[in-house]
Amino acid sequence: MGGVVSNSGMTAVILTALWQTLYMVFWSTLLSVIIGFIPAVILTLTAPDGLHPIRPVYELLSFLINVFRSFPFIILLVLVIPFTRFVVGKAIGTTASIVPLTLSAIPFIARVIETALRETDPGVIEAAKSFGASDWQILWRVYIKESVPRIVNGVVLLIISLVGYSAMAGTVGGGGIGDIAIRFGYQQYRTDYLVICSVILIIFVQLIQMIGNHLYKRLS
Amino acid sequence: MIQIRGVRKSFRDLLVLKGISLAIEDHEIYGIVGQSGAGKSTLLRCINGLEPYDSGEILVDGALVDSQNKKSLRALQRRMGMIFQSFNLLERLDVYDNIALPMKFWGIKPRSPESRKKIEELIGLVGLEDKLHARPRELSGGQKQRVAIARALALDPQFLLCDEATSALDPEITKEILTLLQKINRELGITVVVVTHQMEVVKQICSRVAFLYHGSVLSEGRPEELFIRPKEPEIQAFLRDRSELLPATGVNIQIFFVGEEGSEQPVVTQMARELGRDFSICWAKLEDFRDKVFGSLVLNIEEGDREAVCNFLTQKNITWEVLE
Repeated sequence: MGGVVSNSGMTAVILTALWQTLYMVFWSTLLSVIIGFIPAVILTLTAPDGLHPIRPVYELLSFLINVFRSFPFIILLVLVIPFTRFVVGKAIGTTASIVPLTLSAIPFIARVIETALRETDPGVIEAAKSFGASDWQILWRVYIKESVPRIVNGVVLLIISLVGYSAMAGTVGGGGIGDIAIRFGYQQYRTDYLVICSVILIIFVQLIQMIGNHLYKRLS
Repeated sequence: MIQIRGVRKSFRDLLVLKGISLAIEDHEIYGIVGQSGAGKSTLLRCINGLEPYDSGEILVDGALVDSQNKKSLRALQRRMGMIFQSFNLLERLDVYDNIALPMKFWGIKPRSPESRKKIEELIGLVGLEDKLHARPRELSGGQKQRVAIARALALDPQFLLCDEATSALDPEITKEILTLLQKINRELGITVVVVTHQMEVVKQICSRVAFLYHGSVLSEGRPEELFIRPKEPEIQAFLRDRSELLPATGVNIQIFFVGEEGSEQPVVTQMARELGRDFSICWAKLEDFRDKVFGSLVLNIEEGDREAVCNFLTQKNITWEVLE
């Protein structure tokens, strides 16, 4: 995908890159939300104010999440190459870059979902308990049910930051809009690429935020 | 019947229930009263199993409330509906689904014809037919508490536990909610237990009360016995002591009227005429206890008139005491 490209080539390049960005962001969001839900629920349940406070579990998991969150993404990208190769079969490419993107997103979204869940009104949980609800029912029917709008907000936040991270994933051959902006726009002094890529990213982020806000309103 | 025997409970080092014993009979409206921090809400939460207690026992119709035994506890909780000061409705569910929530916990389909009928009956009982599909945020505080009451009745409980249920409501709405609780007690035969620090709650609906003070039952009985002439300084303080407002000179005599006959007898004017003496009325109060009127007033007289006045009151069979 290197070299000087003609104008008609430019459209193709950008469309391919846009597709790659969407592909990376979609899968890493989906996977990280699904996987991140588990530690988020464990944190919520074992927190000091949770249904089953278990201090060591909460603190350990909390510590691990902090450790993973403090890894600079660019370092993580390189560190997880062996793992990526194990999972995907190769370490370079758009699909391969989903692995580090997902790994970096898991601790982030886990925290975000944990915060959303723990903001549930304790009075409502108490009411559910008073009617003889089981812990499982409280988790699903109260914690998760009441937190959906806040979780949606968190996912929007995640998608937007994943758009940014996916640009860095270009360094392992992930491609995408950000990658084009850097390789064509910056390194080859093609201002047109730079401008178009930026505009696309701005529109994309705005769109996600708008949809997110709309969903939040409808859900809450 | 709820029997509470020697229940003790502490939070860390703080003993909040110091051996509470009381019995709540079926079909009554029982008040657990006291200042904040007296342990009354904790006691209620122990009855419902929301909070474990350290020792003693709580029996609901003979069955032990034991937070270790989840299965039997859940079965007991089904028989005890509960409402709260902050209503605790689910914001994302409409009124219908809020009322149906306890049903869902018990595997009762909320959309089945029977459930639908039940929920519509309940919404009618609390008078919110037109709000069936409103969200809690569209409701006023009083309406939210009505929804919470309907929700608490969804499983046909035997008991309704009310934790400061009217403390967040203004006096007018409080009255309406209390009237509703009374109706539920009378029409559905549900035993109501109210925890409150509001005297108007006690006066309007309670048939019996326990006054809690620092984790102990200081006094138990009919509200008029407890609160018309409280002997205990703690209860006097709860009713807010007014003696500081009385004149420092002369003698202050409090006269009590029990029931309606008492308040109709023109004692004061009679006494003024018969004894030919002047005195001032410093303080007077009429109180309703479940529609019965109880009154008291405080007279300030000259020291020299003390004997004559006291004799007169005793002769007329009036209950009185000198406030020192």
